[in-house]
Amino acid sequence: MSTVETPMKIDELIEEAQKVLRICNACRYCEGYCAVFPALARRLEFNESDVHYLGNLCHNCGSCFYACQFAPPHEFQLNFPRLMARVRGQTYQRYAWPGFLGALYEKNGLAVSLITAGSLGLVIFLMSLFLNAEQMFSAYSDSQGAFYAVIPHNVMAYSFGGVALFVAFALFMGFIRFWPSMGEDLADFASPGPLSEGIGDALVLKNLDGGGEGCTYPTKQKSFARKTFHHFTFYGFMLCFASTSVATYYHYMLNFKAPYPILSLPVLLGVTGGIALLIGTAGLIWVKHQRDPNLAAPEQTGMDVGFLALLFLISLTGLLLLCYRETAMMGSLLAFHLGVVLALFLTMPYGKFVHGLYRGAALVRFHLERRRPVPGVAPE
Amino acid sequence: MLDTSKTYDLLVIGGGNAALCAALTAREAGCSVLLLEGAPIDFRGGNTRHTRNLRCMHEGPQDILTDAYPEEEYWQDLLKVTGGLTTEHLARMLISDTSRCRPWMMKHGVRFQPPLGGTLHLSRTNAFFLGGGKALMNAYYDSAERLGIDIHYEAEVVDLEIEGGAFKSATVAYQGAQHKVRAKAVVIACGGFESNLEWLREAWGPPADNFLVRGTPYNRGTVLKMLIAHGAKTISDATQGHCVAIDARSPKYDGGIITRVDAVSLGIVVNKESKRFYDEGEDFWPKRYAIWGRLVAGQPDQIGYSIIDSKAMGKFMPPVYPPIRASSLRELAEKLELSPESLEITIAQFNAAVREGTFDHTIQDDCVTEGLVPPKTHWARKIDTPPYFAYPLRPGITFTYLGVTVDDKSRMLFQDEQPAKNIFAAGEIMAGNVLGKGYLAGIGMSIGTTFGRIAGAEAARYVNG
Repeated sequence: MSTVETPMKIDELIEEAQKVLRICNACRYCEGYCAVFPALARRLEFNESDVHYLGNLCHNCGSCFYACQFAPPHEFQLNFPRLMARVRGQTYQRYAWPGFLGALYEKNGLAVSLITAGSLGLVIFLMSLFLNAEQMFSAYSDSQGAFYAVIPHNVMAYSFGGVALFVAFALFMGFIRFWPSMGEDLADFASPGPLSEGIGDALVLKNLDGGGEGCTYPTKQKSFARKTFHHFTFYGFMLCFASTSVATYYHYMLNFKAPYPILSLPVLLGVTGGIALLIGTAGLIWVKHQRDPNLAAPEQTGMDVGFLALLFLISLTGLLLLCYRETAMMGSLLAFHLGVVLALFLTMPYGKFVHGLYRGAALVRFHLERRRPVPGVAPE
Repeated sequence: MLDTSKTYDLLVIGGGNAALCAALTAREAGCSVLLLEGAPIDFRGGNTRHTRNLRCMHEGPQDILTDAYPEEEYWQDLLKVTGGLTTEHLARMLISDTSRCRPWMMKHGVRFQPPLGGTLHLSRTNAFFLGGGKALMNAYYDSAERLGIDIHYEAEVVDLEIEGGAFKSATVAYQGAQHKVRAKAVVIACGGFESNLEWLREAWGPPADNFLVRGTPYNRGTVLKMLIAHGAKTISDATQGHCVAIDARSPKYDGGIITRVDAVSLGIVVNKESKRFYDEGEDFWPKRYAIWGRLVAGQPDQIGYSIIDSKAMGKFMPPVYPPIRASSLRELAEKLELSPESLEITIAQFNAAVREGTFDHTIQDDCVTEGLVPPKTHWARKIDTPPYFAYPLRPGITFTYLGVTVDDKSRMLFQDEQPAKNIFAAGEIMAGNVLGKGYLAGIGMSIGTTFGRIAGAEAARYVNG
């Protein structure tokens, strides 16, 4: 009836997903695992937007795969997690803005690597415009403004600020096209109940609970390993974001310039976040490496690992920069750190980062829909 | 590797719910246990893979069970579906054990969940497994491995050595060779013969060729045949089983739950001559679904067509195959390869006989037919609102009831009523002791869980002296 062994064209993929969702809807055994199954049980038919919605609601916890009596080698060849992973890949590509950059998802690992190399080159080039080799490789005292001796603050602020604005706009465009495609009003997104519940589910990763025992990572025996590492990654990222925000405030509002003392708020937040990110990203790469290959779409490994590797490198170079900022290595480390940060920024709308955007939207939509009566289907 | 030098305390033949319940119970009582599953690892678990709940007696609300389901009501329900073809002392043992088995199941990793969407009617009587029967089997196998039960897959028992009413050894075809394994006792829990098409044909004649096997393709009844040859006293007969009407487009084997069609009570069912043949509205569908397999089996070419109009669409669990759809009855008949004239006449007669009251699918409403044979006694509404939809139906056999007779220790009885010393039976292979005919949703898992645990405990008691 169906097969999900090899990557498919988009039409085939949607058609395949429609078949599989029909099977799941007639079965419903997995209803207790996550939000996807109650959401699909509200429907009799699955149009293309339903497929994208359910695909992004799926957190790839794997529970349903091992519970499925129709999983391979059964002739239905039903592999729900892999199929939904492929659907998500299509969502990311389809709603990317500008559209032609969606193609970056086709070989995302390669794309992220090339953009990273380009970003490093660009940062080094920018630095070379302002300083000679001696300045680049000399030691600076840890006094205020030392970083700006190697790269002027305005250059850093304007280039990164500009990129950040573009990234925010590209992500916003993705969302603003994805949300209405599900048949939802933009205004409804801001409904306080569903919005806070959706965000709440995302913050605690409720749908990685697999009905209470965790998800099937790193092995088919359920555990909370993946959820734990994701928390380290997400909250580590948020701490780093907080660190940057506080530093921006210090710089502009208090005229207090980087590098900051070890016990200052930006450094404390950044160090905690950086260490959490190292643990989280390394852990996620590890559980993904260990997991049953059946759960994943193999062509997406590059996307997954590319994003995690960038986050890992950012934390690593950030922490090294902190340790060696009074040595001759500071200039090179700063260049490397800024290079990978730039690469992360540039690949945010065209890499794995967007999973948070579409999954968040799907979660809010789930809670909106939950409040509505089920159309057509009688209770019994 | 299969250790043929060792004499195990217990050999368990089979790898579904009853087998694992027996193996785990005996292992907990200190027995060394060898379990032989005939299926490959991916298809382990027999028909349990396709189950989702067990029917539980309970005196008051529990975590996931509402209200109460007292022993007497359970017994009356069983009497009703079997028409009295049951063994009262075994049935009562079963019923009372179902009120105690859930904690044991949870100890071995089974998790329960509230009733699934579309199954609210079962929230009082049936406890649903989180993830269904395959998840339950995974939990039991994990537990069995942790406890040190020796498990072998694709290990098919091809011969049994039984002497003087006692089991001595079994011959196993495994990895291309035959091995003799010895044990002090044996629990036989390897299912019915539902996937043995030749045997079905023997029992049913040519109509069996049109049956679909809703369950596992691995229950071929080979061990049942050996036991009968060794003089086991049989129970029920070869035509009895859990047989529902499923979508005719389903695979020959292993289609499981998704092949069901729940539209029957909302419309009419006709045979290939476009004639109705049974009251579609006799009772709530969950109480009647299990008779429709036999009803369709009794029709020419063993095919039926559930026909509804657009008023009924969306009022039942969505079946896996899309309905056959037409804008007129004539077009529908053509698509179904029925005679358009005959179908139009049948539906015109039906519509003319409908006395529509207040339609309510959640109660036994007052929408009936008058002067029609057979009548439709509830939920009768005219089929007059296009588009029209049809689902073709075939008998879908889940499991057979012909089995071996057991006593209250789940010991197999010989034809002279003497119990075997060390041969125990559990699950489908002895389900006929409780279910002479008919079916009660979730009782298959109750039988496997109860008699599996009894067989395991009694085998351990025999072995431990």
